[in-house]
Amino acid sequence: MTGSSTAGSSATGAIVAEELRRTFGEVVAVDNISLTVPRGSVLGLLGVNGAGKTTVVRMLATVLKPDSGRAMVHGFDVLTQAQDVRRSIGLAGQNAAVDENLTGRENLELVGRLSHLGRSTSRDRADQLLDQFGLVDAGNRPVRTYSGGMRRRLDLGAALVSRPPVLFLDEPTTGLDPASRLDLWGVIESLVADGTTVLLTTQYLEEADRLADNIVVIDKGLIAAEGTAKQLKARLGDTVIEFEFASPTVAKSAAKTLGGTVAAGTIVRLVMTAGPATLRDAMNQLSAANIAVSHVALREPTLDDVFLTLTGTGATS
Amino acid sequence: MRWAVRDTLAMVWRNLTVIRRVPQLLVFSLVQPLIFVFMFRYVFGGAIQVPGGRYVDYLMPGVFVQTVAFGAINTAVGLAEDQNKGLLERLQSLPMSRSAVLGGRVLADTVRNVLIVLLMLAVGFLVGFRTHTSVLQVAAGVFVMVLFGLALCWIFALIGLLVPNGEAAQAAAFPLLAPLVFASSAFVDPRTMPGPLRWWAERQPVSITAKAVRSLMLGGSEYPSAYVWGAIAWSLAIIAVMAPLAVRRYRRS
Repeated sequence: MTGSSTAGSSATGAIVAEELRRTFGEVVAVDNISLTVPRGSVLGLLGVNGAGKTTVVRMLATVLKPDSGRAMVHGFDVLTQAQDVRRSIGLAGQNAAVDENLTGRENLELVGRLSHLGRSTSRDRADQLLDQFGLVDAGNRPVRTYSGGMRRRLDLGAALVSRPPVLFLDEPTTGLDPASRLDLWGVIESLVADGTTVLLTTQYLEEADRLADNIVVIDKGLIAAEGTAKQLKARLGDTVIEFEFASPTVAKSAAKTLGGTVAAGTIVRLVMTAGPATLRDAMNQLSAANIAVSHVALREPTLDDVFLTLTGTGATS
Repeated sequence: MRWAVRDTLAMVWRNLTVIRRVPQLLVFSLVQPLIFVFMFRYVFGGAIQVPGGRYVDYLMPGVFVQTVAFGAINTAVGLAEDQNKGLLERLQSLPMSRSAVLGGRVLADTVRNVLIVLLMLAVGFLVGFRTHTSVLQVAAGVFVMVLFGLALCWIFALIGLLVPNGEAAQAAAFPLLAPLVFASSAFVDPRTMPGPLRWWAERQPVSITAKAVRSLMLGGSEYPSAYVWGAIAWSLAIIAVMAPLAVRRYRRS
């Protein structure tokens, strides 16, 4: 890579991470993550709490240095060209990173000034964003009077002040009410329509499903699966069968018999890969093995199933 | 370099806005020193003997130094809260100067300390404190203690970056400040203290700074000007050690 001040070629992707790793003392937060986000697309980083999503985002946004591995954002190296990366990105973290004592307008202007946009450009940009996020009336009030949804909108606005071509959104809708969530999804979709590249983390399959072109599932700092929402769901089958047994010991031997996964002690999950026949075959196998089932339920696949099926501790099919 | 100055000023402005928005906070930070003034001036004061002059003149420079010392807690609380609320993360993702976050915090708290010291000076005059030197020397006294406050702010900047939130910062601050502020010559003459405590109380920076302020505001042979240089040396030494440590901690992530 050259040290030029312009972005690298568009063929390489707006975000390219290679074998990123980061530990905190004994804890391996990110073990080995490589990913590519093509320009103008949305990547959903899916995982439970502690999977390493936030650490990945923080390394790509130059907030945290990786222990090893490398990453390019908008053509710039996050380690050696950090300031160039920072000029190209916007970051909205998990908690609304806005100053309670400043007004909404002042928060946006401060980010503008610290992004070196100049005073008058910062002011104009603050006006535009307050308008775009429906905060014009609240613009001159201190943020501590804002509702949770308003803070999130302001926080997303702050991430957009410098019109960054690459946007990192760390669980942008966690804790929002359903209406605010839909609002925010709309905003993100319109940004992508304008050509912004987005990497967003989420715990919600539904959110990744709606917004992301590609999904990377991470678990314990490693990539567990990747693909489009459609591809991931295809791997899960349409429906999951939950068998409940009398004890964890029975559940364990039943899981072995069925080729399913033990979830929550006495429950065994089986992906319905062959439609209703899966259920019939399973019941036959269990009665052949003389294992009594205490309860059976059918469920649509959830994020839990992604983890249990793709990374689960039990025998997977 | 130009951006470093502009970014730092933007951060100073941001950190001082809280004083404009919630001026009660400034008043609250006066409550503790006011209690000390009333306690030592009127409750214990009559029973305390100090060399070479009136007790109120001895006491007030001690209270001033105590006030700037406790004012430095603000630095730790402010940074810890910014970190806790994710604001530091946002700032670290901006193309701003890397030194502006800590610099802006410490400078804003220094401005705040100047305001508080001036208010306490006024309180001092109300309870009978009188300076015996020129206005310039009194101003130099203010400078010496604010410089000491700035040095402590760097210690507390490091603490603020090491703790998870504002309450933890507050909790970490008191055990550190108590032996500095109370085992000192701020309120009583250390010559009345037992051996090892006296040894400590006569040499540590709060005592030296209190004596320097007495030298500049009261004059007289009891407080030679050597204390002034001693106080400045202490402050500069603390800054020289603590500022790089705090900056390194900020950049380490």
